[in-house]
Amino acid sequence: MSELTRLSIDEAADLLKRRQVSAEDLTRAALERIAATEPALHSFITVTAEGAMEEARAADARRARGEHGPLLGIPVAIKDIILTRGTRTTAGSKILSTFVAPYDATVSARLRAAGAVCVGKLNCDEFAMGSSTENSAFGVTRNPWDTERVPGGSSGGSASAIAAAQCLGTLGTDTGGSIRQPAACCGVVGLKPTYGRVSRYGVIAYASSLDQVGPLARTVRGCAAMLGVVAGHDTADSTSVPRPVPDYAAHLDGKVRGLRIAVPREYFVEGVQPEVEAAVRTALHALEGQGANVSEVSLPHTRYAVATYYLVATAEASSNLARYDGVKYGHRAAAAEGLVDMYRKTRAEGFGAEVKRRIMLGTYALSAGYYDAYYLRAQKVRTLIRRDFEAVFAEHDVVLTPTAPTTAFRIGERTSDPLQMYLSDIFTISVNLAGLPAISLPCGFDTRGLPIGLQIIGRPFAEEIVLKAADAYERLTEWHRRTPDAVAQGGA
Amino acid sequence: MARGQYEPVIGLEVHAELLTAAKVFCGCSAKFGAPPNQNTCPVCLGMPGTLPVVNRRVIEFAMRAGLATRSEIAHYSRWARKNYFYPDLPKGYQISQYELPICTGGAVDIEVEGAPRTIRLTRIHMEEDTGKNIHDAHGDASLVDFNRCGVPLLEIVSEPELRSAAEAGAYLRKLRAILQYLEICDGNMEEGSFRCDANVSIRPVGSKPFGIKVEIKNMNSFRAVERAIEYEIERQTTVLDDGGRLVQETRLWDPDRELTRSMRSKEFADDYRYFPDPDLLPLVIDDAWIAAVRETLPELPDARRQRFVDRYGLPAYDAEVLTQRKDLADYYEAVVRHHANAKAISNWIMGDVLRVVRERKLDNAPIIHDWPVLPERLAALVKLIDDGEISGKIAKTVFEEMVSTGGSPVEIVAARGLTQISDDAAIQAAVDAVIGANTAKVAEYRGGKDKLFGFFVGQVMKATEGKANPQKVNELLRAALAG
Repeated sequence: MSELTRLSIDEAADLLKRRQVSAEDLTRAALERIAATEPALHSFITVTAEGAMEEARAADARRARGEHGPLLGIPVAIKDIILTRGTRTTAGSKILSTFVAPYDATVSARLRAAGAVCVGKLNCDEFAMGSSTENSAFGVTRNPWDTERVPGGSSGGSASAIAAAQCLGTLGTDTGGSIRQPAACCGVVGLKPTYGRVSRYGVIAYASSLDQVGPLARTVRGCAAMLGVVAGHDTADSTSVPRPVPDYAAHLDGKVRGLRIAVPREYFVEGVQPEVEAAVRTALHALEGQGANVSEVSLPHTRYAVATYYLVATAEASSNLARYDGVKYGHRAAAAEGLVDMYRKTRAEGFGAEVKRRIMLGTYALSAGYYDAYYLRAQKVRTLIRRDFEAVFAEHDVVLTPTAPTTAFRIGERTSDPLQMYLSDIFTISVNLAGLPAISLPCGFDTRGLPIGLQIIGRPFAEEIVLKAADAYERLTEWHRRTPDAVAQGGA
Repeated sequence: MARGQYEPVIGLEVHAELLTAAKVFCGCSAKFGAPPNQNTCPVCLGMPGTLPVVNRRVIEFAMRAGLATRSEIAHYSRWARKNYFYPDLPKGYQISQYELPICTGGAVDIEVEGAPRTIRLTRIHMEEDTGKNIHDAHGDASLVDFNRCGVPLLEIVSEPELRSAAEAGAYLRKLRAILQYLEICDGNMEEGSFRCDANVSIRPVGSKPFGIKVEIKNMNSFRAVERAIEYEIERQTTVLDDGGRLVQETRLWDPDRELTRSMRSKEFADDYRYFPDPDLLPLVIDDAWIAAVRETLPELPDARRQRFVDRYGLPAYDAEVLTQRKDLADYYEAVVRHHANAKAISNWIMGDVLRVVRERKLDNAPIIHDWPVLPERLAALVKLIDDGEISGKIAKTVFEEMVSTGGSPVEIVAARGLTQISDDAAIQAAVDAVIGANTAKVAEYRGGKDKLFGFFVGQVMKATEGKANPQKVNELLRAALAG
């Protein structure tokens, strides 16, 4: 494969700055790599080759005028649940298979303004509901480390595209772990920012109080560069927070001396793949070796997180997905008799099984007579989970856990057992319920050669601390430099 | 139980469209009457990915309504989603308020046949309006106009304390007047910017529990509300008197046939699956904000009515009529500012001005921008009478011409030579001429037929083209006839 596609974002930016490479070169290399690897992987729903080359030329022109910036001319791709004006945006669903976005999401507009080159829209679980990217109406995405396995989900396309060197940075969304878990499965870095740090405007909603957009890249530094561009207050999103965006790169000094790391005992329990636990413990020792202080803590309400999540998330989803009714856009059932029949058939045809399952669960959780017992109770537990973290963060800087209990599983292995699938996110879900920032980065490989993810969780709006700790660890290891063999020969 | 032994129990739910320039959750125009779907954007169309951002003016308008009705303004309230499917509801839910509305309590004072009453309010909350379905306009398809989607609404819910159609009418008129005085709603029932649903039940007099409630919709005038409630009380009474049972249901008012008909049964209540809207932060209002809004409150109808009595010495009836509409009260005060004959001006407005307003159907308009005559001209007309320049009778003629031509009374009087003749010699000449021309009648009068006096007055007025000062005419005629 072309070495250009193996670059990290900051390496590429450096070459662009020194005029050793052009955005056109980078983009052409990415598009060639995509063409070569897509048949085996299917990371993308839509590849925007023409538009990308235009954007690359525009970026080169901006560079020529003396402009610079961390993403100017960098080939990126965007999860197909984030609107990109004039391009089809499907959320991985048949019901939106013909939907062309009439406006840019704020994050898309910010990438555009920064001169990032968008090479396409990435595959995902339908409406971000899933942990394997098997629930896409456009077909399964495969893990570049083993194409018989899932890339994780729901941002599976976003993770596999980085792992397979199809582009240098991607955006995903994370509602219960949908950036971090696929990042772990694919051996890349994925950051879920604090709720409110990044605008959700133009991001197709799954569960509004949990969804957050975040970057995936080959390195921690790459994620920091992406976050720096997309983060910040947006008047179009009332839940986005008016706080200044720090210069994340400036915090990445490799120093963790005195960093107080909490390790919750609830995350090292039965069911965790032994190699995962071993890799995470080794990572802890490595950080300790650099002067970090590690201590065990308890997050006692962790065991209620999955149940709480599936009540809150599905309740919000049942409401958020009501707009897909066939009246205004998207799929409409052809042969319907009257209004109610049109609604029923449109939604029956347009939504996949997992989406229907969650709509039904959420509708039930909100219905009269059950609201107090389910939704309201779940919100109370959510508060307890947040307080668990607040107590730990009173005395610690970060919480360190495995990202997922296991490495990537086989395609089809868990599709018949939704509950088993839901447990894939068991270590990531609490973070969304508490609205915290967290990163996943590679910390080893199991005996099958599959990547293992390390999760670092921070205080609200302390992305710079999370990134700093992750970067310090990354500097100690070479995990992020490994290339998946499965599709390594796809390009070149 | 015999007729007349039931007590009606009525509660009203009013939806008032707010007069903000922009919609509640986006920047689109909230103006009525644009071509279909012109005033729309991704946000109010509920396109994928869109998010609502609250228009601060809407909150202030709600606070104005709350303060004007003595409601409690919540320091912490919340937006909720009301979930249901309908083609004119693009998101599949309506953003509203539910368990924590912005205003609670409050009251509206009314008076029916001289008896004052206070009707308490349950709540006032904010919500977004829906679009409009248009059926049968295009073959067998239905079309949707989303212009109204996201137009801000207040829902004002009364306690079930109204006891008659007349009370309901008085309550609605007072509520509309308050909203109009606050300049937050135009109160136009025909265009749907002031809509009302009525909950009506009856119960045996003296009984505590409520009877079976019927909700009536589709009333687009005050008269329709009153007629519908009257009809419904009558219908429910008949059903019970005949030994029948009432069912909880929604009924539509049919204005052509003047009756209500069943729309749907409410035996199974709708489940709207309300929950707090996660896209919007809770609404926090501090005392300083409440105080600032309170500062901006105008004088309200009741206070103004009292002031009209106190300051202008008007009878209570006049004050009531003149303050029913803010624009009418403003008009009255503008006239009085130019000429301080409060009662004469009140008479002119309640009589001739409002007659023209009704003839031109301006009374249906929410705000009368073009009153039949400008305030300073009506003032000038009354001044001409008071100064003895023209007679009251001539003034009627002048007024009609002012209405049709828009001219000023002074100019009309001058141009048409309508100035009153008060000059003794001129009137005496006319009197002499009339007496000279009617010797027989003069003899009859002098013989005791007093009634003929009116005839002589008429003749003199005719001779002077109505311009003679009637008092002088009387005076000089009496003297001449006494001869």
